[in-house]
Amino acid sequence: MASFSFGMKLQGLALGLASRFAAHPLVRKYGLAKPAEKIAYISTKKGFQLIQKGLAKKSQGNKNGIKALPSPPPLFDLTLTDEQQMIRDSVKSFAEHNIRPLALAADEQAKLPESLLQDSQELGLNYFSIPESLGGAGQLSPMTSVLVAEDLAWADFSLAFAILASTSVTNTISRWGNKTQQALWLPKFCTETNFNAAIAVQEPQPLFNSDLLTTRAKQSRKGYILSGIKSLVPLSGQAELYLVAAQFKGKNELFLVPAKAKGVSFTSTPAMGLRSAEVGTLKLDKVVLDKDALLGSGNAQYKQFNYQQFIDSSHLSWCAMAIGCSQSALDYLIPYVNERFAFGEPISHRQSVAFMIANMKIEIESMRLLVWKAASRFERGEDFHRDAFLAHHLCMEKSMEIGTNAVQLLGGHGFTKEHPAERWYRDLRVLSIINGGLQL
Amino acid sequence: MIYLEVPKKLRTLVDQARQTADHVFRPISRKYDRAEHDYPIELDMFAAIMDGMNDALEDGGAGSGKLRQGKKNNSQIQNGINMTTVLGLAELCRGDVGLSLTMPRQGLGNAAIAAVANDEQLARFGNKWAAMAITEPGCGSDSAAVRTSAIKDGDDYIINGEKIFVTAGERADAVVVWATVDKDLGKAAIKSFVVEKGTPGMEVTRLEKKLGIKASDTASISFNDCRVPRANLLGSEEVNADKGFSGVMQTFDNTRPVVAAMAVGVATASIERTKELLKEQGIDIDYKRPAKLGSQLTAEVYRMEAELEAARLLTIKAAWMADNGQPNSIEASISKAKAGRVANDITLKCVELLGTVGYCEDELLEKWARDSKILDIFEGTQQIQQLIIARRLLEKSSSELK
Repeated sequence: MASFSFGMKLQGLALGLASRFAAHPLVRKYGLAKPAEKIAYISTKKGFQLIQKGLAKKSQGNKNGIKALPSPPPLFDLTLTDEQQMIRDSVKSFAEHNIRPLALAADEQAKLPESLLQDSQELGLNYFSIPESLGGAGQLSPMTSVLVAEDLAWADFSLAFAILASTSVTNTISRWGNKTQQALWLPKFCTETNFNAAIAVQEPQPLFNSDLLTTRAKQSRKGYILSGIKSLVPLSGQAELYLVAAQFKGKNELFLVPAKAKGVSFTSTPAMGLRSAEVGTLKLDKVVLDKDALLGSGNAQYKQFNYQQFIDSSHLSWCAMAIGCSQSALDYLIPYVNERFAFGEPISHRQSVAFMIANMKIEIESMRLLVWKAASRFERGEDFHRDAFLAHHLCMEKSMEIGTNAVQLLGGHGFTKEHPAERWYRDLRVLSIINGGLQL
Repeated sequence: MIYLEVPKKLRTLVDQARQTADHVFRPISRKYDRAEHDYPIELDMFAAIMDGMNDALEDGGAGSGKLRQGKKNNSQIQNGINMTTVLGLAELCRGDVGLSLTMPRQGLGNAAIAAVANDEQLARFGNKWAAMAITEPGCGSDSAAVRTSAIKDGDDYIINGEKIFVTAGERADAVVVWATVDKDLGKAAIKSFVVEKGTPGMEVTRLEKKLGIKASDTASISFNDCRVPRANLLGSEEVNADKGFSGVMQTFDNTRPVVAAMAVGVATASIERTKELLKEQGIDIDYKRPAKLGSQLTAEVYRMEAELEAARLLTIKAAWMADNGQPNSIEASISKAKAGRVANDITLKCVELLGTVGYCEDELLEKWARDSKILDIFEGTQQIQQLIIARRLLEKSSSELK
């Protein structure tokens, strides 16, 4: 415990120094930004390793039968744990220095920056949920995932989607996979080389309903045969593993589909937003899968795959991303409306402008509390369907409104690619569309 | 550790408040909506029960008379008086906002006394029902423009002026009056005085007839050479440009979440009843199909429920911050702005959705739609809250962002 908190302090110090260094005017003036980012990056990586060691120690302690003090009855509380705060600081620093500078070009070229996935894999997000016995930290935490998704999307919505695609798969397998599936797939995410994966639920038809999937699986002698079409699948076909939602024996299930299986093909289908995540259509043409492909098959009752929770958790992930994106819009607009002059004074002196800013703040806070409530209930194993449903409903409406108003407040400038607002406008629309793709 | 549920230790109190709403307030709700200026005598006994319940609470009770900022304590999270009040009052207002506002000893003046009174004053006024008198015929939201004067005369102050919209102004035992001790010194010279009922020179001149909250009396009070002892001045006597007015305004950080809670309460009532009535028509709100794949009606209900849940959590958050000694001005305004407009929107929308059933007096829905309007007005209108939030975010003064 002592070494853990020491590790946290050490990392906090390093990060603090790094970000102060990066923000120093001389650093920018003399083009030192790159080395500064490197420092921030390294300190982030080291920090994560320390956190993981600390967490591993902590849970070992519990296993050795050291009795924890009886915990007090829960009180209403909005305080993040020390670990959550640490992770937040690290992710935010990474997001600011390693993601945000890439966002504009990545969107324009509709191209995932080359080393981004490799770099962010080293952040440790994928290891986090993986059981300790398989090389991870054994910390499956929806609440922490919400914070991570928000902070990554604060830097860029679409790149955050790309980064979290694989993490979402490890989270899902860690939560619901059976022993064989976990042992087969999870260690691949713990090696130095990049292993990409993605979840595929969405299908290309109007009025798509995630409860009525047209992708079907049939039982075969040796396993399953899977057919269907999935849309808005990220990573331009670079994923090596897909988690595909399909109807099987009247139930909605997930199947582990290796990308190189016969009958699997990926076509690029760029969309209005999420361009740098390189979304496309995944075609599954009578794909033959072995008997281990059905996620969680043979699991005990308590660990059985729960499709409703899977969909709810995915919505919460997207909500968290929308909050991050909305927050970045507000952070961007405040200095803009203060500096932009019209009629002899800053436009922020006008109530019509100032009230739009106030409302953004009100609704961002609203969204955050609903999402936190749902995610924390999920984490405690409580029913969270209604909370997730309402959170999604609110985030859909409010974040899209913020995306629209961000463009409006910038006026004609907001319509051009000189400002990121038009990108937020496009990216945030996906909130009313998407099912799956991400997972807490 | 993130935990956004009603804490276990307050669930009994919340449940009691809910019972009160259902069994004490609702049965007499329509009666006092019609008999506008009659005093709801049923509340006297209830107030005694409330006092007993309050005193029995281990954390120092709840209610306006107890509201104050908690002390910052890094090692332990508090769910204290602010949260208890907010949760309890939301339930009571689910019963009836007007009756909740006229509960003895729960006036906004009590909140002001609790926030700034010294020990001697607390001993004298702590158990009195105190109303709050700020608004004047010539100033509402602009409370710094108060013209009522308090001129020092030996050990007394002499108050002259006219106050309007004093909630519980006729029924309360005392009124906390905002007055300026020197018109030339601006808002720093505004002080608050406790004026007890029966003080010569103080007179209730009329009671308003209103759109809603008719069970609560709203009085106009005039002060003609009303002599008040110096010891009734709340807070510091000296005029200090730096903190004078902010001291008076501090009360709002505690009372805005309370008004937000009232809004949450009345909106909850409307949605609950609307869902019951829709169910009788075979329409279940079951959160099963995505809103856009269902009917427009169910989509409306989902939207309202999401907004209400947001208002509820924002309100509890602002109270939680007050309990834990965290500065909460902006959060108090956010909760008030959100809950106020959401309650207006929901109560009106429910009337609209239910047609004549919502519009006629057989149901209380039309009453709730009238009652809720005040909650987006008093303790700072929607627009004032937005100004406060925007000024904070944009770092603007009140002369820059007007």
